[in-house]
Amino acid sequence: MTELERRLARPAMPDLDPARVTVELARRADAEGLLDVAWSTLDTPLGPIAVFVTRRGLVRVAYDRENFGAVADEVAERVSPRVLLAPRRTDAVRAQLDAYFAKDRRAFDLPIDWTLIRGFNQGVLRATAAIPYGEVASYGDVASAAGSPRAARAAGNALAGNPIPIVVPCHRVIHADGGLGGYTGGLETKRFLLRLEGARRS
Amino acid sequence: MSLPPFQRLVDKHAAELHRFLVGCVGPDLAEDCLQDTLIAALRAYPRLRHADNLRAWLYTIAHRKATDSVRLRARRPRTVQLDGIGPSVEPRTAAAEIPDDGLWAAVRELPAKQREAVVHRYVLDLDYRQIAERMGTSSEAARQNVSAGLRRLRIEVDR
Repeated sequence: MTELERRLARPAMPDLDPARVTVELARRADAEGLLDVAWSTLDTPLGPIAVFVTRRGLVRVAYDRENFGAVADEVAERVSPRVLLAPRRTDAVRAQLDAYFAKDRRAFDLPIDWTLIRGFNQGVLRATAAIPYGEVASYGDVASAAGSPRAARAAGNALAGNPIPIVVPCHRVIHADGGLGGYTGGLETKRFLLRLEGARRS
Repeated sequence: MSLPPFQRLVDKHAAELHRFLVGCVGPDLAEDCLQDTLIAALRAYPRLRHADNLRAWLYTIAHRKATDSVRLRARRPRTVQLDGIGPSVEPRTAAAEIPDDGLWAAVRELPAKQREAVVHRYVLDLDYRQIAERMGTSSEAARQNVSAGLRRLRIEVDR
């Protein structure tokens, strides 16, 4: 290597703060209408949770066990690949979730983007969203509310695929006999949320 | 076909793109140039037909932004003479440009392809096959661009 080549390999290199790059990119993308999906994570008593927000509203909530990278892939494919880490655009969601876990909030007041869920499944989840804090309903109840009283099993599948857990409170749906049923975040999580809300299972 | 979330491209490539841009446009403009590159990429991203070689795609955009930035600077007058109106006004000189003793100024004056190839070769320490992949040329063309760039730099620096 010649002296010239050695000098070329050592330019004055300013430090680059990756966090600053991300914050500035998110700010500009938002200002230019290019921030299709903003995401961020928050710490909760249930571990880290990721939230994804579009211009329409909250589109996805994910538990750590789902693997945030895989969830981001899913959102990129099914909503838009313009997915950026942009905590500011998710502030309202994070604040309301924080308040929920602190028992300072009983109902979420957030626009929902239903893009990831269609047809009967969306009907089931909309019915689920109407179950009040601290109360529970059966799979049959939400199937009926969605217009198909005998589709309890299909309702169970819809709930298992709920892209917006906690805010669309699928944890409030249990078996008619009082059995807990299933939960994407794990049964321990379902139990935790019902206990947090002081729900009575009769 | 599915494109990864754009944030993953940022996490994976921003640091190296920045080093590339420092080589091409200098330390002062590199970060702005990086942002311009990322915004342009984000704008075009959903229209990409496939996710093959996203890195080469990003470098194509970065190279274009670097070339724009270098041209813009070249057009900027060095001295503004206000005849009879007042003293001549020196344009602001960025502090970080001073210690690179002419070498990096000469790099920025290389033809665009030579500049890009030289920066890939020495600042990013890539071999000719990797440079070719990023510039969309043959390895031989990459080698020629690097050596032509070096020849010019040697003349400039020895002057």
